[in-house]
Amino acid sequence: MTWRFGLTEATFEPLWLTHWVLAATLALPILFGLLGALFSPRRTLPVALVCVPILLTGVLLLMEYQQAGLLRWQWQVAGVTVSLRLGGVSILMLLVTQWVGAAAALYTPGHLRLTNPGKQARWLWPLMGVLISALSLIWLAADLLTLYAALELMGLAAVGMLLLSGKPAALQAGMRYLLLALVGSLAYLLGVALILGYWGQLNLQALAEVVEPGPVAWIAAALIGAGLALKAALFPLHGWLTPVHESAWTPVSALHAALVVKASLFILLMLWNILLPSSLFAPRFVAWLGMLAIVWGGLVAWRSDSLKTLVASSTVAQLGYLMVAFPLIIGPDIPPLPKALAWEGFWLQLIGHALAKAAMFMAAGNLILATGESSLKGLAGTSRRLPLSLLIFGLASVTLMGLPPSSGFTAKWLLLQAMVMTQQWVAVVALLMGTLLTAAYVFRVFRYSFDETAPRHHYQPLAPSMDLVALALALAAFALGLLAHLPLALLQGGGV
Amino acid sequence: MNAAWLPLATLATSILAAVVIFLLPEESRRLRTGINLAAAVSKIILVALMVGRVSQGYQDTFSFQIVGGIDFVLRADALGVMFAGLSSLLWLCTTIYAIGYLEGAANRKRFFGFFSLCVASTLGIALAGNLFTFLIFYEMLTLSTYPLVVHAGTAKALAAGRVYLRYTLTGGVVLLLGTVMLYSLTGDHSFASERGLAPYLNDHRGLLTLIFVLLVGGLAVKAAMVPLHGWLPRAMVAPAPVSALLHAVAVVKAGAFGIMRIIYDLYGIELSVELGVTTALAIAASITIIYGSLRAIAQHELKPRLAFSTISQVSYVVLGVSLFGPFGTIGALVHLLHQGLMKVTLFFCAGNYAEELGIHRIDEMDGAGKRMPLTSIAFTVGALGMIGLPPVAGFITKWYLGIGAIQADMYWVVVVLVASSTLNALYFLPIVHRLWFRQGPAHGFGEWPKEQRLGRLETHGWLLWPAVFTAMVSIGAGLLAGLPFSPLDWATRVAIGEYLP
Repeated sequence: MTWRFGLTEATFEPLWLTHWVLAATLALPILFGLLGALFSPRRTLPVALVCVPILLTGVLLLMEYQQAGLLRWQWQVAGVTVSLRLGGVSILMLLVTQWVGAAAALYTPGHLRLTNPGKQARWLWPLMGVLISALSLIWLAADLLTLYAALELMGLAAVGMLLLSGKPAALQAGMRYLLLALVGSLAYLLGVALILGYWGQLNLQALAEVVEPGPVAWIAAALIGAGLALKAALFPLHGWLTPVHESAWTPVSALHAALVVKASLFILLMLWNILLPSSLFAPRFVAWLGMLAIVWGGLVAWRSDSLKTLVASSTVAQLGYLMVAFPLIIGPDIPPLPKALAWEGFWLQLIGHALAKAAMFMAAGNLILATGESSLKGLAGTSRRLPLSLLIFGLASVTLMGLPPSSGFTAKWLLLQAMVMTQQWVAVVALLMGTLLTAAYVFRVFRYSFDETAPRHHYQPLAPSMDLVALALALAAFALGLLAHLPLALLQGGGV
Repeated sequence: MNAAWLPLATLATSILAAVVIFLLPEESRRLRTGINLAAAVSKIILVALMVGRVSQGYQDTFSFQIVGGIDFVLRADALGVMFAGLSSLLWLCTTIYAIGYLEGAANRKRFFGFFSLCVASTLGIALAGNLFTFLIFYEMLTLSTYPLVVHAGTAKALAAGRVYLRYTLTGGVVLLLGTVMLYSLTGDHSFASERGLAPYLNDHRGLLTLIFVLLVGGLAVKAAMVPLHGWLPRAMVAPAPVSALLHAVAVVKAGAFGIMRIIYDLYGIELSVELGVTTALAIAASITIIYGSLRAIAQHELKPRLAFSTISQVSYVVLGVSLFGPFGTIGALVHLLHQGLMKVTLFFCAGNYAEELGIHRIDEMDGAGKRMPLTSIAFTVGALGMIGLPPVAGFITKWYLGIGAIQADMYWVVVVLVASSTLNALYFLPIVHRLWFRQGPAHGFGEWPKEQRLGRLETHGWLLWPAVFTAMVSIGAGLLAGLPFSPLDWATRVAIGEYLP
């Protein structure tokens, strides 16, 4: 199974141009972020210009990958070996990161112009740059230490961005998040230390060859798993997630829910795949938690009165779908066909959710900004006054509900098919329940918004870029349903 | 020669219309009307082209791969084109009616945008070439109908929307489960495949029956079969054009049409009989027919009575499908069209009475025939057709269903048909009697609940002519049933294709 993560020998050496593209991929976001702090752009156009070269590096890497297949890099830096690889999953997630990051960046100027948050807003740009670079590094890293460094960098940048809004509630939630993230890192580091002490390997590929099942692997996997689950807000360690989003700025929430939690989940899946190649219990345990997450997240979102809590709790439930797929991907005795289906469904669900959740946070942010109210009741009458924002919210929620023809539906279909083939009926029921629960909380929003009897009050006009960016994300999540073979074809090429 | 563009273009017409309508501002009323009518007319032309191609023996197919083993397929076959023809013809009538009905109302952009999406979904359902594609459009129909049900934005409408979603989304989930299980068992299975699922019978008898129950159970929600019918009467809170097209034709027929696809094109009629599922379905349909009629008699308001009548009438289609034999099939297919025409007429008329005179309850209708003669004639035609009196189209349906039941040796079905016709007469004839033979406000006794003079004629022309037109088509379909390309002729063609491959 490690070949699926691109942890195999490469056929070709990277060209010299590819080295530079790689360097640009990792460095440009930070560089432009610093520029952002200097100039503090208030218009969309300069931001768009800056996004172009970053997106270009991703496209170049994609072309390189399609020509040469898997690519590997290895350097000795101060006695430590840093190794990177560009496999199918890496390039796919790199592209998603860059495009969602660009969307969040394009959304930001309009948001800052309308909310006018003061001087500290300029620091959003470098933090955003660091976040994108760190995420890119996570998708590429192929040794435990680089992964750790990138994870830590990402976590700190995320905390910094969440603290920026400066409200007391944000400070409190942010500090709690920081504390928990540090605990998570510590657990992860302990696991890594255990691995290093026992097998003397940090390189993932080498590690996969020497690891053998036993108490050491189990304890290391448990430590790493607990730490990463805390960072990824996997049920039942998700308590910090909702308060954090409650007071964060919209683009920050979008980035966080779309990408940051996914990165920890990705590392978790990859490392367990190496450490627990044929464990029966651990992935099952995660799957059971995932089912609970689907139900619990859905119920919390259903009962919530605040729009942001609703959107944030839905992340908990949506992560549950991914957790439910764990036994299919890393469990033993799964025939190749359902395994391949589950693998494709997992990534499609992850990408679809990233795009749709970013769009949904933006749409929710727009609604809150325009109406000036953050409760569901405040939405009364918006279907007449803010139809576009509501339409975007609707498109995004079709993906989250997993109804056709969205990417959420195709992903759910793939997962369901794998589950039916392996007779996991409880998981099937959980997935279907999830659809209904999601519909229940999403349509609460629409019920309020279609209310025509509400009193009219003044609405703040929105910048067009804010709606357009969100619409593009929602449409992308939608279109990937019927065009699912485009991203999934990349996953196939990794094992040449 | 395969004209792949034809089904795609037909589908794209109304999706494009929806997108353009969403992009236009709320105020540009004339442009929106123009786009609506242009799209509806061009859709009829495209469907007519498809009918021509199918009658020449072509099956135009458009398909592409979504993921490995799953294709998106649109195919113009005889059965699909029949349903597409019905929905596109009635779409034009209903669009005209809706433009008149919503004159001066709020949120018209939203209404017409989602209305076009609904019709696109219905067309997708008609042309879907495999179960996966069918499922896509079936769920799209659920989502795009919701904004129309809650259009009024009142507490009652919002509550009805919630009930509607609860039923249809749950049905959709059950259908999804059945579809996934079928794909896991057999892989992608086109509706055009000749073999049916018979090769799986020996090893997977129980599983095939379970999948059948899941699929038909999911579809029966939209077909409003008892006890899954609860959403339909409540959804009558929607504006009249929505009730007319969607709840009398598109949504409920989507369920009935889906059941047809499952039995004829997926399982195959022999296999369904072998599994014994058709008898169960016939019993369920008969219960629905009788129950719907009984409940209709108990209603005091016009639209709910029509709604319960729909519940009862749609199950004729299901009943015909579950009779093994060509006559039952013809009866089912032809009723799909005839019931649509007659029911849409009745709902148009109900909307006219409500708009022009403020009539919602049946006991307010005394003497309305004098005040609104054309509307009342159209209503009478529809009502007589529903009872099954010649020469209106409804007679043909019941005739063929009766012959089909006798041929299938299911004599109790004939009893059901007779009982149901009696019940139909019991709840429709009093209305007709009130319209023409009671003295009311038009004769100087009392006054109408809320009279408006909407036009030079008895009501607004945009409201009147669609009702008159569909009433005339209902009679025409009955009188001219022997001509080529009449509903009966086309249904016979489909049925022959089913039984003589």
